[in-house]
Amino acid sequence: MLQIEKLTLSLNGAVMIRLTATIAPGEVLSVMGPSGSGKSSLLLALIGALPAAFAQSGRTLLNGADLTPLPTAQRQIGILFQDDVLFPHLSVAGNLSFALPRGMDRAARMAEIENGLSAIGLAGFALRDPATLSGGQRARVALLRALLARPKALLLDEAFSRLDAALRAQIRQLVFDQARARGLPLIMVTHDADDALAAGGRILGPMGDIITL
Amino acid sequence: MRLGLPASARIGPNATALPSDRPAGRRVTLSRRALPHLLVCLMALPIAAGLWGTISLALSHPSGRTAAFADLMAWRGLPRSIALSVIPGFVATAASVWLTLALLALYSGSPAFALMRRMLSPLLAVPHAAAALGLAFMIAPSGWIARALSPWATGWTAPPDVMTLNDPWGIALILGLIAKELPFLLLMSLAFWPQLDAPRRLTLMASLGHGRAMAFVAAILPPLYARLRLPVFAVLAYAMTSVEMGRILGPSLPPTLSVQITIWLMDPSLTARPIGAAGALLHLALVLGALGIWLGLERLGGQFLRGVAATGRRGTALDAPLGALCLGLTGLILGLTFAGLASLLLWSVAGLWPFTAALPETYSVAVWSQAGRDLVQSTGVTAALGLIVALAATALALVLIQSPHTLALIYVPLILPQLAFLPGLSAGFLAIGLSDTLAAVALMQLIFVLPYAVLSLAPPYRALDPRFAQTAAALGASPARIFWTLRLPLLTAPLLTTLAVSFAVSIAQYLPTLLAGGGRIETLTTEAVALASGGNRRLVGAYGFLQLLLPALAFAAAIALPRLMFRHRAAMKGL
Repeated sequence: MLQIEKLTLSLNGAVMIRLTATIAPGEVLSVMGPSGSGKSSLLLALIGALPAAFAQSGRTLLNGADLTPLPTAQRQIGILFQDDVLFPHLSVAGNLSFALPRGMDRAARMAEIENGLSAIGLAGFALRDPATLSGGQRARVALLRALLARPKALLLDEAFSRLDAALRAQIRQLVFDQARARGLPLIMVTHDADDALAAGGRILGPMGDIITL
Repeated sequence: MRLGLPASARIGPNATALPSDRPAGRRVTLSRRALPHLLVCLMALPIAAGLWGTISLALSHPSGRTAAFADLMAWRGLPRSIALSVIPGFVATAASVWLTLALLALYSGSPAFALMRRMLSPLLAVPHAAAALGLAFMIAPSGWIARALSPWATGWTAPPDVMTLNDPWGIALILGLIAKELPFLLLMSLAFWPQLDAPRRLTLMASLGHGRAMAFVAAILPPLYARLRLPVFAVLAYAMTSVEMGRILGPSLPPTLSVQITIWLMDPSLTARPIGAAGALLHLALVLGALGIWLGLERLGGQFLRGVAATGRRGTALDAPLGALCLGLTGLILGLTFAGLASLLLWSVAGLWPFTAALPETYSVAVWSQAGRDLVQSTGVTAALGLIVALAATALALVLIQSPHTLALIYVPLILPQLAFLPGLSAGFLAIGLSDTLAAVALMQLIFVLPYAVLSLAPPYRALDPRFAQTAAALGASPARIFWTLRLPLLTAPLLTTLAVSFAVSIAQYLPTLLAGGGRIETLTTEAVALASGGNRRLVGAYGFLQLLLPALAFAAAIALPRLMFRHRAAMKGL
């Protein structure tokens, strides 16, 4: 369970985000707002990577533990951006292996990577250069990479906005299904009403106001 | 030597890493924050100590504390020597700045500009001494130009008695300086170009009816020049200080002030070195004065151009004559420089080459075999120093660029004339028994190489998409793992370019090598400059050619290695 308690973000004295919310395992919370409203900054604050120019107050709890003092690497929150942000110098397997917990032997790593790729319909793609994949394939690899790190929550930063309409619905469903199957609380920021409706959960504005579509 | 920045390697579509992007929630350890500042202090320390040492040396004349200054003032060649430092320095800087801005204004985006950019970029890696030697081989009375035109056009059957080289007005020196400073300023401008939104601004101004030159003055020049100011200062300081160019191309009776100061400093007598140090302090005052005058002229020029832009004049008639002038001058300088560099190789393998023959009548590798041992030794010393200094500079640059405040400070060794603090520093090395050693030369070179390493690495480092590191951290990667397995591999190409830039700058160092090495550490550059005044063109050609070859190999490796390493990674190409 992800709990956001009176989280306030401000830039140059202007409050951009004021939010209190609890997201249950498998639930999707959509945060909708126009460009520049601070939605992406909310996600950066949740992973502990907010630029120093912002002022921040309030706290975030994940499964009861306060995340505030933890660096990004220890928060166990996965994030997917608008772009897939696959590491261009690594193969598909290299990208996925980067996310796997340390201490696994090579055979176990490769087995998990192959199983994961099969599950998302990309069996045999392990040695491929990410630059040679289609947009949909890259999006699926990015999702798998985030999931292989065993996150306890998942954040989506306009994650579907670069995909065309048909692909978008397909990838969106895959992400929601995977998050629900693993019981991950999910926060999605978007300016797209279709994404928010497809999520089927609550929709809030940046200041915590309830939005009805 | 001046080298420019590679165009900023933008990785990822939203690459906007800003210095303030340090996460608010993350604890930044004291050491990580303090280390870049500590390093800057460490770099500033030798400069301050060197300056103090130069002052001390100037006051150490056996005849009294002010005797060195009195002897300096009594030297009859002083006024002319000062003029020969200040005037060519100013003219070469002004011409380089004007040509850079005119090329950008009138030709940016055109095929001619792309061609010139491709031709100018390799010139950055050419040591000043090699460029000067090549130019000297072209314009000397017995040079390639006179040979090509004689006797059919000139009637000369023997080299004419005209001072085309080492001319008393410093024209050859000015030409040589422009040949090296134009590529530096142009590539520095191109590194800033993406921040200026220039193509759209120029198109907008054109749609309002403005000519290219006027559109550039109104819409691009103010933000561009603000960024270019420090590089221009570095060019002015260098143009007034360059010893190797002054020795090869400048007048000799009297020489430029910086050359005369070096002669005094290298003199074994006890009285000459304090005069040299006093001269170095005078030279520092001259450079600071020149920078002040330049700032004043900048302000006046800015007011004038703002006034012109405010009249709403479209200036469409200016473009054609200005374009022809700047293209002609750039073509002339490029042609002379490239032909000069080719003549270095040609002379090194020339056998019999009598005057008026455009090409050697016979070819021979005699000079390569006779001087083979010396050439190999100098090449070995030069390459070893270059490698050590390049590796150290690149590693230090990686630390320094973590702090946004170091960039302005890093220009200090470039703007403060080398002559002001090198004498004191070499006296310091002597005092601690480090003088005349490879370590002393490497440390001295590092002071001048490090700024170029930082300038080369900072733009691509800061342009790296911050989401790579954010994503990796969200996947559980530690800062160390992100640095070693993500940042460094993603920056392979800029890192190798930085190593090549640092290697090339190290090879080009003349004065630091001469003073710290006490004349005993012989590199290709110190040997080439020492031989330049002698008559053995074949030997000078061989040293000059090797000076070109080493940086060329380094840059070739910097281009080829990332392509080889990432041949199966399409998105890594061109980074």
